Amino acid sequence: MKDMVATEVTLEEVTAFLWAEADLLDARDYDAWLALWTDDGHYVIPIEKNATDFANTLNIAYDDKAMRKMRVERFQAGFSISSAPPADSVRTVSRIVIDKVEGEVITVRAAQHVIEDKFGRQRAFAANVEWALVVTENGLMIRDKVVRLLNSDGTLTSISYLF
Amino acid sequence: MSLDEFPSGPVDTDQLMKGDRVATAMYEDPAIFDAEMDKIFGKCWNWVGHESEVPGKGNFKLSWVGQQPIIISRDRKGELHVLVNRCRHRAASVCEIKKGKTSSFQCPYHGWGYALNGDLRAIPYTEGYSADFDKANYGLKKLRVETFEGMIFATFDWDAEPLEDFLGNAKPWIRLFMKQGGGFPIKALGEHQFKVPMNWKVQLENTTDAYHFPIVHKSFLQSLDGEALDTFSFMEDDDGYVEDLGNGHSVMVMMPELIDLDDDPDAPIPERFAELAETLRKDYDEAQVKRIVRAVGGCGFNLNLFPNAACSLSFFRILRPVSVNETEIRHIALGMEGGPEAANQMRMRLHEHFQGPMGFGSPDDAEVWERVQRGSAGAGELDVMVNRGLGLEKEGENGLPIGDVSAETGMRSAYKMWKKVMDQ
Ligand code: FES
Ligand SMILES: [Fe+2]
Repeated sequence: MKDMVATEVTLEEVTAFLWAEADLLDARDYDAWLALWTDDGHYVIPIEKNATDFANTLNIAYDDKAMRKMRVERFQAGFSISSAPPADSVRTVSRIVIDKVEGEVITVRAAQHVIEDKFGRQRAFAANVEWALVVTENGLMIRDKVVRLLNSDGTLTSISYLF
Repeated sequence: MSLDEFPSGPVDTDQLMKGDRVATAMYEDPAIFDAEMDKIFGKCWNWVGHESEVPGKGNFKLSWVGQQPIIISRDRKGELHVLVNRCRHRAASVCEIKKGKTSSFQCPYHGWGYALNGDLRAIPYTEGYSADFDKANYGLKKLRVETFEGMIFATFDWDAEPLEDFLGNAKPWIRLFMKQGGGFPIKALGEHQFKVPMNWKVQLENTTDAYHFPIVHKSFLQSLDGEALDTFSFMEDDDGYVEDLGNGHSVMVMMPELIDLDDDPDAPIPERFAELAETLRKDYDEAQVKRIVRAVGGCGFNLNLFPNAACSLSFFRILRPVSVNETEIRHIALGMEGGPEAANQMRMRLHEHFQGPMGFGSPDDAEVWERVQRGSAGAGELDVMVNRGLGLEKEGENGLPIGDVSAETGMRSAYKMWKKVMDQ
């Protein structure tokens, strides 16, 4: 992948990357997931439907590198009753569209459905997800990820895993 | 008529609320829930919103009183109204936009038009009504509205005591809470909303429950550095307390040094706010920087307001009963209207850290609340104990009990009021 050029990355390669990410998240292999990220971006779950200025709005999650790491540590330490054990999740990522390629940055969006199971009840979440992927020496990495839940400004339930 | 719908007798409150314990049916019985909707949410002053949510003329916001959908609106004169969101013709909701600005509410079904104060203004094809039909009798149903320190309360009971009498001893604590504007007006910055399969009183109890904090929130505490961690060491310190404020209200003081944010203005700026202070110094003098930084950290107490609100450290916590075993929670983040962007950003980041569906605290709260509801399905003859601290309490200046920080004094206060209101 050394000489990878963003404009030459195919939809198939992007899809394979997003599916691999989804697989890590369902498996809760969070250390491997953290390693997919560059140092500078944010993992965001906004509340307002059309939010773009995330720093100046209240979000469900607005994680820089340090917060992502803390979030994963919380899941892994075993002291959080909601994530010990967490709900099991099964997700699909589909309808993947490459919106833009600029320099090394590929802007991608997709549909995501997550079903969780805990206490014998299942809950469903649908989201439009946006990624800013960067082409690096080590292949594709995530700079930003914005998960726009369909009911982000409605009444949610507590969530013990990552989207 | 099925057995479920068979009218049940009056609720026997002596069997349900026994002072130091409550019957399991309090979480489980739909008949009790129905009586509560009528007697508590149908009569008491309920928190419905904050003035910053309807700041200008023509602004409106949807909210709830118990299970009933309401609209908070500000008319052209700037006066606040709380109206049931139900058309007087054949009951359609007249507004489904959560928040906004309008000059009137028009029912989508047959087009009846209502003014911002709820008056019925226009009816399409009026010739279909006889001359004795008087529009004046068909305005949106109105609740009584009063405000205190920016908080909007409403009641269905037009004979209720004045709001300020109902708040009583809670009033000075509300004033102290609002000091976290740091010299700016308090503004709602946004909110987290989530529902939990639990009875509403499980939530009512929790706002004055310091006992659970080091257990349930261990993973949150582990994400703090030494200095911030110190702030949350109230279970080890011995200066925190819970005070019954009367009328079901109570205050749990976790950090006594943060009761009055104007005290100790020369206290050094904590390390975790050093960067924020540096940013603020570009625009503010040192005294203001200290005041704003202190405000950003929030207050050191949870104030519980019966039946549905809490001023909790640095945010509003609002509960809404949905059914006997379902409750919706709103965590409203607060900031400084016209205040420094960096300070409001930090307020929001602190809020996101603990609160909401994916915070480091709320999901663990939600889990244990749900566990209460799941557990109370068993051994219904047993009681739920709220006796912690009994026999160890002192009497406060108001003549009401004060327990240590983890005492269940606040819960007993709420249940005392529950009984009083249910008996009326
Ligand atoms: S129901 Fe509203 S106008 Fe008919
Ligand atoms: Fe809690």
